[in-house]
Amino acid sequence: MTQRYSRSGSVRPTRQGSERTIWYLMRLTGLALFVLSLSHFLILHVLYDPKDQTAAFIANVRWSSLFWRANDWLFLTVVIVHAVLGIRIVVGDYFKGRTRTAVMTFFYLLGLSLFAFGTIVVATLPQPPA
Amino acid sequence: MLIRYRGREGMLAWAFHRISGVAIWVFVIFHVIDIFLSGANPGAYDTVLQIYASPLGRIGETLLGAALLYHALNGLRIIVMDFWPVFTRYHRQLWYLNWALFTIVGLPVAFVILKPIFGG
Repeated sequence: MTQRYSRSGSVRPTRQGSERTIWYLMRLTGLALFVLSLSHFLILHVLYDPKDQTAAFIANVRWSSLFWRANDWLFLTVVIVHAVLGIRIVVGDYFKGRTRTAVMTFFYLLGLSLFAFGTIVVATLPQPPA
Repeated sequence: MLIRYRGREGMLAWAFHRISGVAIWVFVIFHVIDIFLSGANPGAYDTVLQIYASPLGRIGETLLGAALLYHALNGLRIIVMDFWPVFTRYHRQLWYLNWALFTIVGLPVAFVILKPIFGG
């Protein structure tokens, strides 16, 4: 099939394998992020103003409920997966061979670190005294 | 590749998607660090949030919202064309639909975020 029209997305790999799994994963996480990221932005950048978001606000309001902690951790997880797989496409366009491997190793480690730091704070920030 | 011209709306849609994606990456790095500070060093977290709430911070926040909204809408457009290839025929119209939604949703949001700069 000839590609008659330009488009932003890459064509789905025809053969089964990791590339095709990643292709689906990118779209699945993208759909999830449509809801997770826009709701997050609406609540924490529009409904609440940044001037009111002190550390006390995080501890006593935002993360006083297990639901929002779980929501934010899910958001973090999906963001990291989508971001790492997304930058993988960009890096693949500009780097080849060993440079590509090196740059991607950097981003894999960066993604893991961000996931670790986010997980630590969402899991350990003390609950407000009841 | 970003500067090699390939064609009208489709190429711009792709370039904006890539630029906004990288921009969101940068903010996610900042954001994970600042939220980590809310536990490790609450005073430093409050200072960072003061910067976010400053006029320059609010302009950055608006740009972040714009990048996020564009990336979300265009991502949906990509998914629609991927799973229903007939829409590829209307990729240009879908892109303009994105900009219509972007404007309708984005302008009020930008207004709310930027209002305090002007004492609102």
